[in-house]
Amino acid sequence: MTMNPASTITPTPPSTDRERPVKLDIRSLTKFFGGLKAVSNVDLTLYQGNLVGLIGPNGAGKTTVFNMITGIYVPSEGDILFEGESVIGLPPHTINQMGIARTFQNIRLFPSLTVLDNVRIAYHPHAGYSMSDSIFRNRKYHEKEKELTERAQEFLSVFNLQDRQSEIARNLPYGEQRRLEIARALAAEPSLLLLDEPAAGMNPAESMALMDLIHFIRERFKLTILLIEHQMRVVMGICEQITVVDFGEVIARGNPEEIQNNPRVIEAYLGRGAAAMAMKHKRN
Amino acid sequence: MLKRMDRNTLVFLAGSVLLILLVQVLISFNILNSFWLTILRIGGVMAIACLGLNLIYGFNGQFSLGQWGFFAIGAYAAADITYRWVNNHSADGLVVLTLGVLITGLVFVLLGRLLGRIRGLDALSAFSLYLIAAIAVGFLSVFIGQFLIGPVSGLLSLLPSAIGIQLVFFLSILVAGLLAAELSFLLGLPVLTLGSDYFGIATLAITVIVKVLLDNSDTLFGFVEMKGARGMIGIPKIGSWLWVSIFLLATIIVVRNLLQSSYGRAIVSVREDEIAAKAMGIDVANFKTLSFVLGSLMAGIAGALYAHINGFLHPNTFNFIKSFDILIIVVFGGLGSITGTIAAAFTWALVLEGFLRIWLPEGFETWRYVVYPILLLLMMLLRPKGLFGGYELPFLRHSMPALSLKPATAALSSQPEPIPASSEADSGSAPGITLSRDDAKSTTEGS
Repeated sequence: MTMNPASTITPTPPSTDRERPVKLDIRSLTKFFGGLKAVSNVDLTLYQGNLVGLIGPNGAGKTTVFNMITGIYVPSEGDILFEGESVIGLPPHTINQMGIARTFQNIRLFPSLTVLDNVRIAYHPHAGYSMSDSIFRNRKYHEKEKELTERAQEFLSVFNLQDRQSEIARNLPYGEQRRLEIARALAAEPSLLLLDEPAAGMNPAESMALMDLIHFIRERFKLTILLIEHQMRVVMGICEQITVVDFGEVIARGNPEEIQNNPRVIEAYLGRGAAAMAMKHKRN
Repeated sequence: MLKRMDRNTLVFLAGSVLLILLVQVLISFNILNSFWLTILRIGGVMAIACLGLNLIYGFNGQFSLGQWGFFAIGAYAAADITYRWVNNHSADGLVVLTLGVLITGLVFVLLGRLLGRIRGLDALSAFSLYLIAAIAVGFLSVFIGQFLIGPVSGLLSLLPSAIGIQLVFFLSILVAGLLAAELSFLLGLPVLTLGSDYFGIATLAITVIVKVLLDNSDTLFGFVEMKGARGMIGIPKIGSWLWVSIFLLATIIVVRNLLQSSYGRAIVSVREDEIAAKAMGIDVANFKTLSFVLGSLMAGIAGALYAHINGFLHPNTFNFIKSFDILIIVVFGGLGSITGTIAAAFTWALVLEGFLRIWLPEGFETWRYVVYPILLLLMMLLRPKGLFGGYELPFLRHSMPALSLKPATAALSSQPEPIPASSEADSGSAPGITLSRDDAKSTTEGS
């Protein structure tokens, strides 16, 4: 198999993007796990307000990219610039406070806490009172705590979870857990949201509602969104730009239409034989 | 102040003050004899130490066996201060330790600020720096202390001796607590980076080390009055019920207020899911340290009180086997349950020290450690969530705030219902990879 080095595929943002500031700039990102090259030379640029999809077969290294952006892994090589500032080597909580929030592929809520507390925890960096305020319960504590709670409830109501606030997160149905996770991510007041397979395990109707939701929060919270997703209907439906990775390398970039007709993408997903058949089928 | 308190708080505060005073009255009229009084006080002391451990283990999720070591440090530190005051009429212990604790605290805060700016400083380097600073402060406070001992002793002896000793005792409790807290901060730096099981073993090591050091306190450090493995005698028995109950009440209120704040929720989030907490902007290392230090502060305070109830300290009391007592009380009362911990601590003192000694015939004390594990086994089988399960006193319970009924900006009025007809046909097909353009189109229309 002769593969072009990924760097030859230049990102082609739509012309309107050029005027917008760069939100996230990933430059030749590489990650080794021992001898395994999980991510290799990945470049990715997100402009303010972009909704970009990152797709690829299982094990392609998508989540590893997320983990490097959020500081859970430190890249072996390359750089990640968020609003022009490198986040390499910063602890995850600092990166979050800079304005990058994420959800997880396998939902990671705080399972035995209430729905409200899940959201309130994410709001903690904005709590605005000190620990001694909380121990002495002074006026500042009461005011800020009330403010914080109302804000958290606002987030819940955006996701239609306000009636569930006293429920234990673990007991929520799957779809609501997904929504709660997004609500929690937004409570950190990010400007860049990373969604790791938000539609995993959802039926078509649910993923449809999810797409509406993603559109809505993007407008309302003025977000830039990077999305990992397996369900093509979701990716093709909402992403403006798609980057495809396979075996840790970028194999294609473009808008949904270009990606769908890209033989290398089809090959990566279906294997070479199937790809050839698909092309033949198309020609006929 | 009073205006903001809700009914539960008032009921709890009034109730506990009444209870404390009632017991005090019973003591004053000699209705409670000294045996029962000791049990009550030991129960209170254990409750303080166990609340500390519950903060570390139950709420923060760090399995720690170090609580007993910090308890020992607090006990010996406070005992040394009051011993010197009573027997040598000198405030040297008080002055030097207070200075040391205060300056160390200051230096640690400044150093923390400074080191916080360095990216990617590893825990061991930070630990070494803090350790060097702490040792330097130790020498410094001995040096400065020698000029202050005379005047402070003179000032304190101006007070009537009954008040003087109580004041020294009160200060010694605070100093002992702070000493334990600062030591736990120092030791926690490298140890808290370990995963949960390894953390447990490392903290067990702390307890073992403290015990061995105490065994040799007279030869190794020159604290002659501690008498090493022979046990320290002559500590004034001034740990009264009032002191114990005041500190217990303060501990309960601090723990409760902390846990019901954003900081408490952050502490609990670390227990729930560390990675998620990190990704949500919670400084996990910070909150682990915070709860470890606060828990050890309580252990130190409890130890100080214990030393003055017993009047006698022996390193064997701080054997690592005994460190499990405190753990067992916490598990008995329920991890993450304040009410349960307090109840279990008093029950433990009552059952182990009280009933079993009275009910069982002479020489049967040794059977305590047969009855005790059996109780624990039954407990684990019948009530794995602790004595009270999820129950908390209303005061300690997390109240769920009412919904602020703002005009719901509900975006998601569209639950799964509104499915465009076109996509419904698709729903039968495999939801995996369908690279058909029609599919994509239908979804964009749907939004």
